[in-house]
Amino acid sequence: MIPAPFEYHRPKSVDETLGLLAQYGDEARIVAGGHSLIPMMKLRMAQPEHLVDLRHVADLDFIREDAGSLVIGAMVTQTALITSALVRDKCPIIPEASAQIADPQVRNCGTIGGNLANGDPGNDLPAVMLALDATYDVVSKSGTRQVAARAFYKGALETALEDGELLSAVRIPIPAAGCGHAYAKQKRKIGDYATAAAAVLVTMSGGKCTDAAVALTNVGNTPLLADAAARALVGTSVDAAAINAAATAAMAITAPASDTRGPAEFRTRVAGVMVRRAIEAARGRAG
Amino acid sequence: MGKMLVTMTVNGRQVEKSVEPRLLLIHFLREELALTGPHIGCDTSHCGACTIDLDGKSVKSCTMFAAQADGATLTTIEGIANADGSLHALQEAFRQHHGLQCGFCTPGMITRAWRLLQEIPNPSEEEIRFGISGNLCRCTGYQNIIKAVMAAAGELSASKEAAE
Repeated sequence: MIPAPFEYHRPKSVDETLGLLAQYGDEARIVAGGHSLIPMMKLRMAQPEHLVDLRHVADLDFIREDAGSLVIGAMVTQTALITSALVRDKCPIIPEASAQIADPQVRNCGTIGGNLANGDPGNDLPAVMLALDATYDVVSKSGTRQVAARAFYKGALETALEDGELLSAVRIPIPAAGCGHAYAKQKRKIGDYATAAAAVLVTMSGGKCTDAAVALTNVGNTPLLADAAARALVGTSVDAAAINAAATAAMAITAPASDTRGPAEFRTRVAGVMVRRAIEAARGRAG
Repeated sequence: MGKMLVTMTVNGRQVEKSVEPRLLLIHFLREELALTGPHIGCDTSHCGACTIDLDGKSVKSCTMFAAQADGATLTTIEGIANADGSLHALQEAFRQHHGLQCGFCTPGMITRAWRLLQEIPNPSEEEIRFGISGNLCRCTGYQNIIKAVMAAAGELSASKEAAE
């Protein structure tokens, strides 16, 4: 399969990138790892006139700790998220989820920025960022704005990003020590998107849950924050009744498509099972 | 939409070609350089038959443009054999352990395993399965591939120890 012709640009800096985006407007597409965009170009479902490759924009590839937050540049690959000692130490749900994305070769190319900015409900990291209440740095010629992950996703492949804007970094408030985490994903096979998946964070104190977050992947047009599911856990010992209530609340907000991964009813059930498993794992890890 | 000049090092050889930006790396390797070891299987980045090594990482060359590899150092299955032309320990192990039947996935499988054994020199079975999970084989059921990679890992470690 051969994509339609395009002009290839390889900017060296964020400024140069933003200049190209401003110049070419909606004729330009950004390519990060390329594993979502290039397949679409091969199918000619995407036919950008100008391809702006971020591969050589050096100031987008960093991981650092900054005032209680983990700040990760857009071009950090999923392999780097898995192997980074800092990420593993401060925010282990990120490597856990990243290791369940696609396969080693794809993770060597796939980036955190691409996974978050693409807006495909099948992407795994958006739900993780909803659970962590992360913020995205969005840059353009007119400056930088910060967009909460929880306000970023508008619909399937629709995000808060405007033409000329670039998601340059992610800011993640580092969860309190002892916060338990888990990302549970069911997929039919390696390389497939989730039938359903759940990201869960649970903080326990004196045998009671004091804080929780639950978010879901690929069971709606956007990643879903399951607020009611989290509320069903807070104040409980995260016993069977609370876990049931949380799973039921999470299932209630799903609206999956019936597709090759199964009928909608099945995928909703799987979402409930993933929430259950993720809560149990997160509770077991909470200190 | 003119052509652009790309330069890369492929299997130790410097190459320079003028390419259309839309030329996929797998087509560049196969059609411009006549390196037909990397195969086109699914053409959708699932099967791993097109796996090559790019700047020390395994990648699927069907989902990258040749233009993106400008300046990179690449290794394909054609560059894996020992300098004297004898088979690399992995190639020999695939032969000895029947790690292939039809052979279509084998170039990608070996090129991926070659990098895996540099990332994890003595992998467990589970690490091998996880490490080659981006390479599909429809013949072997993977058992003999795992055996071959484990045997090669042992062989390579033994020869490294002997050298030390």
